[in-house]
Amino acid sequence: MRLVVDLNRCQGYAQCAFLAPEVFAMHGEEALLYHPEADAAQREKLAQAAAACPVQAILVDAVDAPPEAVSDER
Amino acid sequence: MNGDGSLERLRREGRIVVVGASLAGLRAAETLREKGFAGSLTMVGDEPHEPYDRPPLSKQVLLGVTTADRTALPRRRDLDATWRLGVAATGLDMAARRVRLADGDEVPYDRLLIATGVRARPWPRPDEAELDGVFVLRTRDDSAALTRRLADGPRRVFVIGAGFTGSEIASACRERGIAVTVAERAAAPLVGALGGVVGAVAAELQREHGVDLRCAVMVTALEGDAAGRVRAAHLSDGSTVETDVVVVSLGATRNTEWLAGSGLGAGPRGIACDAGCRAFDIRGIVTDDIYVAGDVARSPHPLFGYQFLSLEHWGNAVCQAEIAAHNMLSESADRLPHMWVPAFWSSQFGVNIKSVGVPSMGTEILVAQGSLTDRRFVGVYGYQGRVIGAVAFDHARWLPFYQHLIETTAPFPPPFPLVDRRPDGQRPIDADFPDPSLPTHGPTVTLSGYSPADRRMTFTPAH
Repeated sequence: MRLVVDLNRCQGYAQCAFLAPEVFAMHGEEALLYHPEADAAQREKLAQAAAACPVQAILVDAVDAPPEAVSDER
Repeated sequence: MNGDGSLERLRREGRIVVVGASLAGLRAAETLREKGFAGSLTMVGDEPHEPYDRPPLSKQVLLGVTTADRTALPRRRDLDATWRLGVAATGLDMAARRVRLADGDEVPYDRLLIATGVRARPWPRPDEAELDGVFVLRTRDDSAALTRRLADGPRRVFVIGAGFTGSEIASACRERGIAVTVAERAAAPLVGALGGVVGAVAAELQREHGVDLRCAVMVTALEGDAAGRVRAAHLSDGSTVETDVVVVSLGATRNTEWLAGSGLGAGPRGIACDAGCRAFDIRGIVTDDIYVAGDVARSPHPLFGYQFLSLEHWGNAVCQAEIAAHNMLSESADRLPHMWVPAFWSSQFGVNIKSVGVPSMGTEILVAQGSLTDRRFVGVYGYQGRVIGAVAFDHARWLPFYQHLIETTAPFPPPFPLVDRRPDGQRPIDADFPDPSLPTHGPTVTLSGYSPADRRMTFTPAH
């Protein structure tokens, strides 16, 4: 599952890091580090983190892997 | 186009081609479908990969938190597009409305979006740039290659240029325990974007984290060994740094060469477009069917004196792509202007650096909150008596407040004594930007007026 965080919006509330620590972690006092591709096992936690973000900065895949990725070595 | 049904026909069965399959191209394509475009959509990208996100390439990937091949951008919806990946666009025929591709194909369009972005500026001497161990960092493949080399445990990494990318690379190396030397021709890191006052803080930050930072120095040559591997860098102060990895971080070059001779207003400074993202041709006439978005675009911004701004910012790519897509499918009265307030972020040495507005337009800076010595502050930039930009070091939550001041052209220095009680009062000082007529390591924001003669953008390499 792919995700991206709009770090212009992110204000370091760290709700995502509490709810999905396998995907999100704080780096220093307020910078966020995240895995741009999360394991499927994190789906539920990731959805919770995205919903809980006070500034709604987390965008998660709405579709499964697109067809053009098939030819790609992923 | 009004009332003759052509717009309806475009939405139903038109052909839209997007050249550039990165953040701006993808977001534009998603927006087109979201707005009901049902015709054919072709995505052209010179890299073989599906659209991916670049910011992690100099952060998460170098740190080993993730890998470069796991940075693909999430999709908001199905695109039902024809993808031409790994094939660069090589030419444009505006009269016939066709894009030429590197494999000889031609793709016809009714509307074209150009989002070809920028590429890393290479080390100017090709024989030295080709040495094994010399890298740039812009693409997924660049990042994968550099990360592999870092994993081999180099004795030292030598970074040329202390802009945001160079500083982030140095930060990641230090975090991985690798010795780093950074060479910067200006007096401090980040001065092109943030000025000397904030640059001095960035310099302290680097040195405190063990970076061997050399400022006001130029790299005169890279030296290889008999096997063609880089072994040392020579500096203008006469010193030599032995290193087995060199990362060239000298800013970016706009990908407009493929438009040469097309008649479109494209050149080294980008592609000029109006606030509605429509490209200008070389006669200064705005086109109706060619749109531009992302790093390669230059467009006039009402908030900043209608200057043509070229913004290599993630958020600009997203916003401009959405506006361009909307306008492609709209009657002229329904078109929207691209009025995104510039904003960017960087994280380095554990500090979250964020900015709004255009700090590099500022002449003065006021540390309005926090303190430079704590490296936790908001600096507000003033230009001709108004607030023009702000930067925050670990103080990001305040930036929306300053963005509002910029949007409302609030006076500078800003009159809010109750925000923070400061022992040194509210005194602005010179923001200490380098003379814009002198070349630097490559600013993140390039400003220019209407006349091509009013500002030089010629890059003088560091030797």
